[in-house]
Amino acid sequence: MTEAPVNDRAPEKDGGKRFWLDDRRNVHKLFWALVVVCSFLFLSDAFYEKHVIYAFENWFGFFGLFGFFLSFALVLTARELRKILMRDEDYYDR
Amino acid sequence: MTAEFPPGLLLIVGALLVPFIKGNLRSVYMLALPLLGIWQLTALEPGVFGVMSIFGFELTHVRIDKLSLLFGYIFYIAATLSVLFAWHSDDLVEQASALVYVGAAIGATFAGDLITLFIYWELVAIASVFLIWAGRTNRAYRAGFRYLIIQISSGVLLAAGAVLRASETGSVAFDKIGLDSPGGTLILLAFGIKCAFPLLHNWLQDAYPEASVTGTVFLSAFTTKLAVYALARGYAGTDMLIWIGATMTALPIFYAVIENDLRRVLAYSLNNQLGFMVAGIGIGTTLAINGAVSHAFAHILYKALLFMSMGAVLYRTGTAKGSELGGLYKTMPWTTGFCIVGSASISAFPLFSGFVTKSMILTAAAEEGYLIPFLVLLFASAGVFHHSGIKIPFFAFFAHDSGKRPREAPINMLLAMGLTAFLCIAIGVYPQPLYALLPFPVDYTPYTTTHVVTTLQLLLFSALAFATLQRTGLYPPELRSTVLDFDFSYRWLAPRVVNWLMDAGGRAWITMTSGLLPMLRGLIALAFKYCGPEGVLARSSQAGSMAMWVLVLLATYLVLYFV
Repeated sequence: MTEAPVNDRAPEKDGGKRFWLDDRRNVHKLFWALVVVCSFLFLSDAFYEKHVIYAFENWFGFFGLFGFFLSFALVLTARELRKILMRDEDYYDR
Repeated sequence: MTAEFPPGLLLIVGALLVPFIKGNLRSVYMLALPLLGIWQLTALEPGVFGVMSIFGFELTHVRIDKLSLLFGYIFYIAATLSVLFAWHSDDLVEQASALVYVGAAIGATFAGDLITLFIYWELVAIASVFLIWAGRTNRAYRAGFRYLIIQISSGVLLAAGAVLRASETGSVAFDKIGLDSPGGTLILLAFGIKCAFPLLHNWLQDAYPEASVTGTVFLSAFTTKLAVYALARGYAGTDMLIWIGATMTALPIFYAVIENDLRRVLAYSLNNQLGFMVAGIGIGTTLAINGAVSHAFAHILYKALLFMSMGAVLYRTGTAKGSELGGLYKTMPWTTGFCIVGSASISAFPLFSGFVTKSMILTAAAEEGYLIPFLVLLFASAGVFHHSGIKIPFFAFFAHDSGKRPREAPINMLLAMGLTAFLCIAIGVYPQPLYALLPFPVDYTPYTTTHVVTTLQLLLFSALAFATLQRTGLYPPELRSTVLDFDFSYRWLAPRVVNWLMDAGGRAWITMTSGLLPMLRGLIALAFKYCGPEGVLARSSQAGSMAMWVLVLLATYLVLYFV
């Protein structure tokens, strides 16, 4: 994220109107709402019988943890790849 | 109207009239053609039509069966929606070539033999390049040429493969081909180029984002899905495709995370989605094939929707770069909403189209015991949500406020996006009509508790990872950049290798001319000196002096005799 305060130019651009998401506190609320939903989903594994094929799919919360950690790894790997692969925008046009 | 008039030809012939119709009437006409096409398909009975014999080979212009019909329908639907999206456009070249392009793709879908397939295949390549050139920038012009060279090569390989196959089997019929002959390998390579197999893929990410706002929407639907159809027809159950497909799902998502041009991000995720289909075709069970082709059906819609929303953004703001965008939801709320529907569909959220199609492929992979491909596909499913599901709408419409306040997209674009979004949800909520169109009977229930809960877990935890990375500042920011991909080899490396060879050749020439040549000249001069017309060894003499010399010799001899 950039260092500039988020949506600082918004109110005067929009005729003084402020959008719900302009308030950083609401963005925090959204994040914590997601955390709550994820916790419920994680726990929901206890309340139904999984019909899966491989045994490891039956591990408690497997799909959630798989999604979280591999996404994390995906982004961090891609970040490192930038060091090797990123060039200027006009790289091929020079 | 029956199959006596081949389905694709309707649009190709129809395109000839486009220049003579002006204004809104032209858009009405262009919309009527694919609708007419859909109506024609509903009237068709399975069978073959337009069979003719040329040089002892039997050609089948039109073959109607469930597989070709499914692709025929979705191609016409995509054409209808794309024409609606491009209603405001009055670029004659783009409009006419779009119709020919769609017509050729449909013609290829119904082709019953490899020769007919080849003709339409090349027509697809040639017609589509004009959609890229319609971007009318220098970059588009050059990307178009690279695209054309690669696409034509695919056709050349197809032709070569067809010829080999004809000599091997005595037939050019387009049925199951397989890899047990050299011809089959060449044809797979031809399909693989069009399907953007790993290392053969870069034309896609190179060219599509350079096309015009409306051209990319057309392009996203036809070329690659025609290749998926061709693979499903010719190579179902080919083991190698499972691994190729799995690789295709995984590799592009790394690029999608760091790419800045959002239309290029979509091109990478298109590539990733093709991987799911290719893997399904490789598995080859009825469930897997049903999954692959239904996923192609759903994919054409949500991918078009995503390209439409980014097209609308590009149309209104003049850029599709993540680094320049953000906060557009304030003035483009409808486009934002439709984009999110597309994102949810590609991410396979329950109640959206991707959910009821992609899951068949994953289930088939697990059931057949392909553990590693299954895990890779699962990883790619989380990854696709990451970059297509969140990154695209987030950086375009939310993220940091770019200060841009563009107007909402034009009404025709909104209408096209709305209809496409409706179809994405309709398929997700009520998949039975789509299932009924599939080539094999469907014995599959997408909405089970296990499936819904595990999918939600996978996706929402992936969202949580995104949010956490954003909050901690670990997420790589959108930066103006070029990310090197395999096209590096032919856009940077190959020209330099050729230049080096030319340089080395030049230097060798100079060495030769500056060093070797004077030596050679010296040799010639020396020879000339002694053997030339004035040379000592070649001088001509008069007979008298010869006689005198003989006299001198004889006199000397006489003197020596007496001494």
